[in-house]
Amino acid sequence: MSEPIVLEGRNIVRDYHIPGGMFSSARTVHAVKGVNFSVEKGKTLAIVGESGCGKSTLARIITLIDPATSGDLLIDGHKIDITKGGLTTEMRRKVQIVFQNPYGSLNPRQKIGDVLAEPLLINTNMPASERNERAMAMLKKVGLQEIHFNRYPHMFSGGQRQRIAIARALMLNPSLLVLDEPVSALDLSVQAQVLNLLADLQDEFQLTYVFISHDLSVVRYIADDVMVMYFGEAVEYGPRDEVFANPQHAYTKSLFAATPRATVDSIKARLARKKVAA
Amino acid sequence: MALLEIENLVVEFQTASGMFRAVDGVSLKVHEREVLAIVGESGSGKSVSMLAVMGLLPWTAKVTADKMTFNGRDLLDISDADRRKLIGKDIAMIFQEPVASLNPCFTVGFQIEEVLRVHMKLDKAARRARAIELFKAVGIPDPAERLGHYPHQMSGGQCQRVMIAIAIACNPKLLIADEPTTALDVTIQKQILDLLMGLQAEHGMGLIMITHNMGVVAETADRVVVQYKGRKMEEADVLSLFESPKSNYTKALLAALPDNATGDRLPTITELFVDERPAEASTAVKTPPLEAPL
Repeated sequence: MSEPIVLEGRNIVRDYHIPGGMFSSARTVHAVKGVNFSVEKGKTLAIVGESGCGKSTLARIITLIDPATSGDLLIDGHKIDITKGGLTTEMRRKVQIVFQNPYGSLNPRQKIGDVLAEPLLINTNMPASERNERAMAMLKKVGLQEIHFNRYPHMFSGGQRQRIAIARALMLNPSLLVLDEPVSALDLSVQAQVLNLLADLQDEFQLTYVFISHDLSVVRYIADDVMVMYFGEAVEYGPRDEVFANPQHAYTKSLFAATPRATVDSIKARLARKKVAA
Repeated sequence: MALLEIENLVVEFQTASGMFRAVDGVSLKVHEREVLAIVGESGSGKSVSMLAVMGLLPWTAKVTADKMTFNGRDLLDISDADRRKLIGKDIAMIFQEPVASLNPCFTVGFQIEEVLRVHMKLDKAARRARAIELFKAVGIPDPAERLGHYPHQMSGGQCQRVMIAIAIACNPKLLIADEPTTALDVTIQKQILDLLMGLQAEHGMGLIMITHNMGVVAETADRVVVQYKGRKMEEADVLSLFESPKSNYTKALLAALPDNATGDRLPTITELFVDERPAEASTAVKTPPLEAPL
């Protein structure tokens, strides 16, 4: 039995029009050129690509921050077009995002308790006491403690801040979470903890993840499906094991070749090559 | 004889809550033609110890060591004027953020020729010729025209190539690369690492690669030093480090790699490695200690 599809994109295109100035004529940048994808409930789709390939643009479209120029975006089976009729709180609730840099995405003047309660303040009519209660519960869920409730972001380490950002995203009980390079700013040991937390939360809440990354070892660990983007096109899309075992497109192959491998065999091979060269 | 020799290096910073020890008794050696990787998480003191070698730490830092020599020259008592003659010429450094470490107000050509003017005493025409030659060596297309560009006109990978060109301009004996590829895409990272390794082999430089990426270590290093909270946990040649790590910290570090994941959860370092040191030594960090440390 297959799970219901939470997110579906059909031929999504996004162009940016850059108006001409005194010295340049107007031009159009095709950031995303017709991308198709679908993600089942409780699964993880990883989007891989280098900077400028359109993966963050796609994340903005999925998160309903920017509209797509053309194409259909379906969330929980309903077609959503934010250019017409705007965005309801219900749509906003369903999709949340965690940004790359936990140092930049938290307001330095806001206490953690307020950071977590704010989505409820904006999107619901909940009384303050209940908002705080829920914020406190979520704080514990992501591995922090009650005493952290009244602290400011600067008092936390990078890994703790990323936990807070994840907690904030989960406050509205979303069905889809977009993770824009959530661990690339973190140390290896902290990265492992945050990845574990994401896996725990996915199991508990049946969350669907869109995981954007350029670190293939992380993608291989966390993803169910992988989409490789290159200059706005999805050059490779399929189940993780298939993509990793048998990459089709030349760019995917070069991406795999460029990823440093930390295995004993690869070190032996390199040392042998070096000996031959010397 | 070792190119760079450090024995029992201690770096302390004056902070509001007393002295903070960032580097705690680190000893290491780099030989000619050798690639040494220094691995550690942020806060392990890997950058600070190299900045101490370069003499680039602020005045609040107190540097002590039993021995710190470069090519037989003492770096502890060296005068500022003598140090300036050495730094940038015989010891060069590449920093993590290529875009931030170039001066946005000057063309890249000016910045590369500056090094040649100060250290090599070349005349204008020779400087320009050498700059073009260096740009070619680091793989920047159309070098003559590129010299007139400003850093913001170039991509991150190109800026890092410019940084490398500046660093190798005077044929240094020792090159220190502080996380040279952390800010770059994997495909660009591969190109930059290949470039660095090629230049290292060609010129026979000693190369110190500071990184937290175990993949980069595996792809480049001859020998590895693992640091944690200012202390050296382990030193080994690259193969034995990955094959049979000795210290528990290294084992934990390798186990936390997603590459090595076996179950559906990653082992975390805190589970596998308990810091057996007394707490007051270096945990009196700049931020107040938190109840649930990560």
